[in-house]
Amino acid sequence: MTSFFQSLGMSYEAAWFTATIAGILLIALPLMLAVALIIYAERKLWAAFALRRGPNVVGPFGVLQSFADGLKVFLQETIIPSASNRGLFLIAPIITFTVALMAWAVIPFADGVVLSNINVGLLYILAISSLGVYGVVIAGWASNSKYPFYSAMRAAAQMISYEVSIGFILICIVLWAGTFNVGGIVEGQRSHIFGFINAYAFNPLLFPIAIMFLISSMAETARAPFDLTEAESELVAGYQTEYSSMAFALFWLGEYANVLLMCALNAILFWGGYLPPVDWAPLYAVPGIIWFFAKILLMFFVFAWVKATVPRYRYDQLMRLGWKVFLPISLFWVFLVSGYLMFTGHFA
Amino acid sequence: MTDLSQYLPILLFLVVALALSSAFVFLPMGVSRLTGTYKPTEAKLAEYECGFPAFEDSRSQFDVRFYLVAILFIIFDLEAAFLFPWAVSLGETGWIGWGTMMLFLFELVIGFIYAWKVGALEWE
Repeated sequence: MTSFFQSLGMSYEAAWFTATIAGILLIALPLMLAVALIIYAERKLWAAFALRRGPNVVGPFGVLQSFADGLKVFLQETIIPSASNRGLFLIAPIITFTVALMAWAVIPFADGVVLSNINVGLLYILAISSLGVYGVVIAGWASNSKYPFYSAMRAAAQMISYEVSIGFILICIVLWAGTFNVGGIVEGQRSHIFGFINAYAFNPLLFPIAIMFLISSMAETARAPFDLTEAESELVAGYQTEYSSMAFALFWLGEYANVLLMCALNAILFWGGYLPPVDWAPLYAVPGIIWFFAKILLMFFVFAWVKATVPRYRYDQLMRLGWKVFLPISLFWVFLVSGYLMFTGHFA
Repeated sequence: MTDLSQYLPILLFLVVALALSSAFVFLPMGVSRLTGTYKPTEAKLAEYECGFPAFEDSRSQFDVRFYLVAILFIIFDLEAAFLFPWAVSLGETGWIGWGTMMLFLFELVIGFIYAWKVGALEWE
């Protein structure tokens, strides 16, 4: 894109700066649009699962429902409880949303189409997504109210518990791909199975951790069946209880941007990212970004499906699954994958 | 040699994302004052507790197990941090690197079994 702006007669620095800002806005604004549409799609999906009709009043088939909701929240009054820590109370949604946007900087949308192609992309994603817990904890603490406080404690413990096993799962992938670069991991999946299937998930050694990563990513984003942080029958609305207006909506936007990010990560790490499912020349005629979005939407459908059908876990079950099941298995899998790669001479 | 110029877009992204989200938080506060929806009352600004005044300060005691989980997380996340550079350089360190890391993991597994046995992972 830099060369395009250079052809308009700008100097290299100005062209680079304009291209980068344009790239950032091309990620951030469509992402917010995608979040609005995905919330609508999810409500329609749940409705279909429960034999209801879902939103169908605002706009054709209710497509504009999310935008109407957004406008309504935007015009509402921002209530800052008198007992709260005002500064922290307002900073919390800002942190949540900023962090949810920033992780997208290293996601490759197609071959070479990435905002910043750093060689430790996966590590960056891990670091940024673990910052997300600050937004939640600060929100719960600054509200100075009972339910947000309990919710923040739960959320912090839940997010860090599953982050450990996500870390080990990522190590297995990194061992196989030999790089932290997100684009490099996608390229590592080219013709991975039988010389023509572009996905790590069909590797018998990596399939179990693909499943574990899918479940962990639901727990990490506090999605049902692990949505104990906002279990409405126990905790009202969780850490968002005291929030109103756009500050409340930012938590929603951030949450769904994180869910989309986790869907994208599932697609990138295990299902070949922007590559077509099989390495067959005519399939490359379809742009990589279409394949990538199709995979994200498929993963999102799985997320919505699980949310619509699986009952909520108890908190002790959640912690047991994280610490007593996923942690030992993922630790053993690091041993297994690294041992297999050493014995077969993968690195030779 | 790493190309540090690739990190500049991330910094710019941080600035843009911060500006966007701050605008989202502070703009409606101004708008609600202009449109007249901003009408705070004492009851509205009280903290929520099922409709009656709060019984006690919410900065109360909480379960020590949350604290235990945080400590265990530090140990295992540090362990993962050691594993990351090992994972990309396994080709160069070979069997010696693999054996050393497996020894390290073995010692951590002993610690994990200990934490399990003393009941640090119990939530029932």
